[in-house]
Amino acid sequence: MSVIDHLLDIRDLDAGAITSVLDTAEAFGDLASRPIKKVPTLRGRTVCNLFFEDSTRTRVSFEVAAKRLSADVLNFSAKGSSVSKGESLKDTALTLQALGVDAIVVRHHTSGAARQLSRWVDGKVLNAGDGRHQHPTQALLDLYTIREHFGHLDGLHVAVVGDVLHSRVARSLVQGLRTMSAGVTLVGPPTLLPMSAGSWDADVSHDLDPVLGKADVVYLLRVQRERMREQFIPSIREYARLWGMDRRRLETLADHAVIMHPGPMNRGIELTADVADAPNALIAQQVANGVAVRMSCLYLMLGGEHPIRR
Amino acid sequence: MTSARARLPGARPSDARVVLDADAIRRAVRRMAHQILERHAGAAGLLLMGIHSRGVPLAHRLAADAADIERVDVPTGSLDVALYRDDYAQIGPRPLERTYFPVDAAGKTVILVDDVLYTGRTVRAAMEAVIDQGRPAAIELAVLVDRGHRELPIRADYVGKNLPTAADEVVRVHLSEHDGHDAVTIERAVQA
Repeated sequence: MSVIDHLLDIRDLDAGAITSVLDTAEAFGDLASRPIKKVPTLRGRTVCNLFFEDSTRTRVSFEVAAKRLSADVLNFSAKGSSVSKGESLKDTALTLQALGVDAIVVRHHTSGAARQLSRWVDGKVLNAGDGRHQHPTQALLDLYTIREHFGHLDGLHVAVVGDVLHSRVARSLVQGLRTMSAGVTLVGPPTLLPMSAGSWDADVSHDLDPVLGKADVVYLLRVQRERMREQFIPSIREYARLWGMDRRRLETLADHAVIMHPGPMNRGIELTADVADAPNALIAQQVANGVAVRMSCLYLMLGGEHPIRR
Repeated sequence: MTSARARLPGARPSDARVVLDADAIRRAVRRMAHQILERHAGAAGLLLMGIHSRGVPLAHRLAADAADIERVDVPTGSLDVALYRDDYAQIGPRPLERTYFPVDAAGKTVILVDDVLYTGRTVRAAMEAVIDQGRPAAIELAVLVDRGHRELPIRADYVGKNLPTAADEVVRVHLSEHDGHDAVTIERAVQA
């Protein structure tokens, strides 16, 4: 039986399911150091990357994950496809369905697009980011990276800093952390924290410095300039001064504390270059762990579907 | 291989009979260790790989016996074959255990170790898993129990006990490392 049906929202996974994804990812982590990095598990399955928003690292990470499991991979991006000619999401979905795709990895600018897609196709749907809503595999790889470093998740305290309002990464991560019994403080200017932050089951602070000393993990969110059409912050320079991680702030962290960032980084805004390259920055590990965690999701989702063929 | 259980879902075992007790298992493993050392005139170039889950403690017992008999240190690892199985599409994902090669498999004589040889499908998957780690000089197979009913052209090189069985019988290997005691039992499955 598949552990996961569709992967649309991190809240679809309880603590047991998240633990199962992370444990399985650990076994896949070893593959990267082998001479032959492929296993034949998903031979004959087809995974389609359907990306309506620009993304390099997430798409490539999913592509590598599917290929290491021996799945065939189709890359379908909005640019240069029939989508740019006005084809609807539903028609695109039905086309992929007709091609016999077993799983669709979808990124879309509309919140809820992945769930809508899952109603139209027979295959499994993995949400690779929908609007401001959810990015569950990013949350899982972050949970994996934190657990790999600390050995556990429960009882840790994570400060999530910056543009929480526009961030699907923050939404999924905070919910995943709470499911795994870690504590969260949201830190940022009032204009970049959601109105509903009080219902997030997390502490809220508008001042970064007092939070730093008690955090095990400082998770810096990307300033999403492409989503900020209105004036949320007075200036990038002011943001960097009030919410950016620099050498001075780094020295106020607990000795065991780590820095994380979902990428792509704006060096000089969310963090200075020397912080990004500091030994307690786990940013490179996050990227490396992405492949193993996505392999784990595909492995747990795509088995046991077909009737026994004799 | 404990897939006997997987083959008979919902089966309720009755009147289990012990076919090997702790002493018999100890003697059988000891004999296999002797046979391995005899066939290879020592332990040079050997790599013992236990197949999860009960092949792993058996591989370590063979290594301990070999060390006792000839004061040789045989590298011993563990192999999870779930990613190489041919029933992923039917059965679905299984939990993954750690695969550990203590040395490079390339050029070694890899001795696969499992508790029960049955259909041979686990061994086929294990051979593929080993070859993906590097081309071994040879692959051999050591099992505590061969219960017959092969579905693939596979045979064991070292056998603790040949145990003729009916297809509806269940063979269980209990090892102290996993189960708290050593025994091999056979029981007729009663469909619930």
